[in-house]
Amino acid sequence: MRVLVCVKRVPAPGARINITDDGQAVDAAHLGFTVSPHEECGVEECVQLVERHGGEATVLTLGPVEAEEQLRYAASLGVQHAVLLSADTTQWDPQRTASAIADAIETLEAEDGAFDLILFGNESADTGGFQVGIRVAHKLERPIVNAIKGIDLDLDNSKVTARREIDGGREIYELPTPAILGVKEGLNLPRYPTMKGRLASKKVEIKVLEAEGDEGQQSRVTLLQPPEQVSNTVKIGEGVEAAPAIVDLLDELGVLS
Amino acid sequence: MSDILILCEHDRGSIEPSTLEALTFARGAFEGDDLHVLVCGEVDDLAPLGEYGATAVIVAEHDMLRDFSPETWGQVLAQQIDDMSPEVVLACGTSRGNEVLAQAAARLDMPFVANVNEVADDFADDDETEVTRVQWGGSLLERAGLEADTKIISVTHHAVEPVSAEGEEAPSSTFEPEIDELYARSIVIDREIAEAGVTLSTAPVVVGGGRAVGSADAFAPLEELAELLGGRVGCSRAVTNNGWRPHSDQVGQTGTRIAPELYIANGISGAIQHWVGAMASKKILAINTDPDANMVTKADYCVIGDLHDIIPAVIEEVKKRS
Ligand SMILES: Cc1cc2nc3c(=O)[nH]c(=O)nc-3n(C[C@H](O)[C@H](O)[C@H](O)COP(=O)(O)OP(=O)(O)OC[C@H]3O[C@@H](n4cnc5c(N)ncnc54)[C@H](O)[C@@H]3O)c2cc1C
Ligand SMILES: Nc1ncnc2c1ncn2[C@@H]1O[C@H](COP(=O)(O)O)[C@@H](O)[C@H]1O
Repeated sequence: MRVLVCVKRVPAPGARINITDDGQAVDAAHLGFTVSPHEECGVEECVQLVERHGGEATVLTLGPVEAEEQLRYAASLGVQHAVLLSADTTQWDPQRTASAIADAIETLEAEDGAFDLILFGNESADTGGFQVGIRVAHKLERPIVNAIKGIDLDLDNSKVTARREIDGGREIYELPTPAILGVKEGLNLPRYPTMKGRLASKKVEIKVLEAEGDEGQQSRVTLLQPPEQVSNTVKIGEGVEAAPAIVDLLDELGVLS
Repeated sequence: MSDILILCEHDRGSIEPSTLEALTFARGAFEGDDLHVLVCGEVDDLAPLGEYGATAVIVAEHDMLRDFSPETWGQVLAQQIDDMSPEVVLACGTSRGNEVLAQAAARLDMPFVANVNEVADDFADDDETEVTRVQWGGSLLERAGLEADTKIISVTHHAVEPVSAEGEEAPSSTFEPEIDELYARSIVIDREIAEAGVTLSTAPVVVGGGRAVGSADAFAPLEELAELLGGRVGCSRAVTNNGWRPHSDQVGQTGTRIAPELYIANGISGAIQHWVGAMASKKILAINTDPDANMVTKADYCVIGDLHDIIPAVIEEVKKRS
């Protein structure tokens, strides 16, 4: 079995997101980097699928060489292969990103065979375009369903059952493999790397491909801060002595049933 | 005058409020233009579409539209766009809305901009135009340029309140789209119904706990308080990552967006990704040992202190008064 997960390197902001002076990017000078929680669950799912069914998992990212950090992290959790589509992606839109990723997947599959399952995040953490996985699926002529929080792969019957939450319940889909799914956090509980995993990940060879991609039609003019919500926090007390004042507040707000 | 094509989101025949949001947005942004609504499959009652401003309704009828499928809906929408060449295609930025627009855009190799709050004045008529959209789940905005004859966009969910236009019932027509049999592969095959009751997104009170709660067991007092107030327990990602609570309790960018009368945030620092999920709360009370925590400085009310002491004292006080 072969599975692939696509992750995107993004800064990990804390209390506030700052913008660079030219308005083109998040100011990451003092920030660490990560991937979307949705994608973390995608990585975990791939590792679990290999544990269950055997075979190999691959992680792919399109971005700067620094994104090697995110690939090695995935490797430290048990992903066997890593691919870096190297490009300065600051002005890449979802159309271009998808076309480069689809080309790369075709190259990888021509060399080593088709992926039974490919996982994308439901949306990327930063730009949130809600489309790269869907565009790739269309280019590769494979089925895709988004917002998936449960996966059962049935290799014998070449199908995958996928569950998605909706208001008041869950929808069940059954896709023939090879298939693609857009996944959401909650799919599983991602593990933390072990020391052994960390050491092993240093030795994983990273396959580097130059990313091309057809020019897209969306561009970034500038990033902006949303209007600040001003609050004058009222301090209603300190420690246990504040309990009566808290209950007075509950009463005042009409939430004491 | 321009043609605006709006996707009707419905679940097995009942129109979702998000459709009315999309119509309300379209009325404001594209005043005087024709608002055509595309319905994939059968809808029980088309009247709300006209009432909220639709000038025409187009119903696609096909056996394969018996339940939702991103691929079949996407193909029907792509066909309609091809036939009609509308200036703008619009849906609400829900899970389904964004997914179906992306499916249609992929088929037509057209750009698609998700989660737009605002469009430029002459958006419908210009081939080179701009939108303001959300990034980071609402923590940041982006002004984006778009080059296309047909502009496919979704409007951010909950960015506008649905407002009735008190319109007449819109004239409707039907057509049978061509849907590739192959796409039967992604039609919903079954459903599981969740038990009814207050959910995190509809609870009047949410009692939230962060990393400082310390363990799964230590959520018991938060559960008790939530129950006393007829609310639900919520949590931060630090909590779900530790396996103390299920992800369905997580508030934030990759969790649930809540909008209770009161959110009590206990031992939560208020990282921006948590805050975007909590900021629609009417009032926020932060309980934290750190007076400078982001949650504290952004809240309406705060109590400085240890949640492990304060919550039991609040429970006792509530019981005393009832
Ligand atoms: C792309 C992305 C998406 C994310 N999505 C989400 C999301 O959906 N939801 C989410 O919550 N996070 C999300 N995060 C994670 C987020 O950035 C934070 O890491 C997380 O919210 C921190 O959780 P916390 O506030 O519980 O923990 P901490 O940041 O560790 O805060 C603990 C707080 O408890 C206080 N405290 C300590 N002891 C006590 C005590 N005894 N009594 C009272 N207070 C005490 C401390 O002062 C501190 O403020 C996301 C991150 C990324 C990068
Ligand atoms: N630069 C990238 N490199 C690898 N995967 C990506 C990249 N951009 C987007 N993706 C994948 O596509 C998903 C959806 O992205 P988006 O359409 O930007 O919301 C993400 O969750 C990733 O899995």
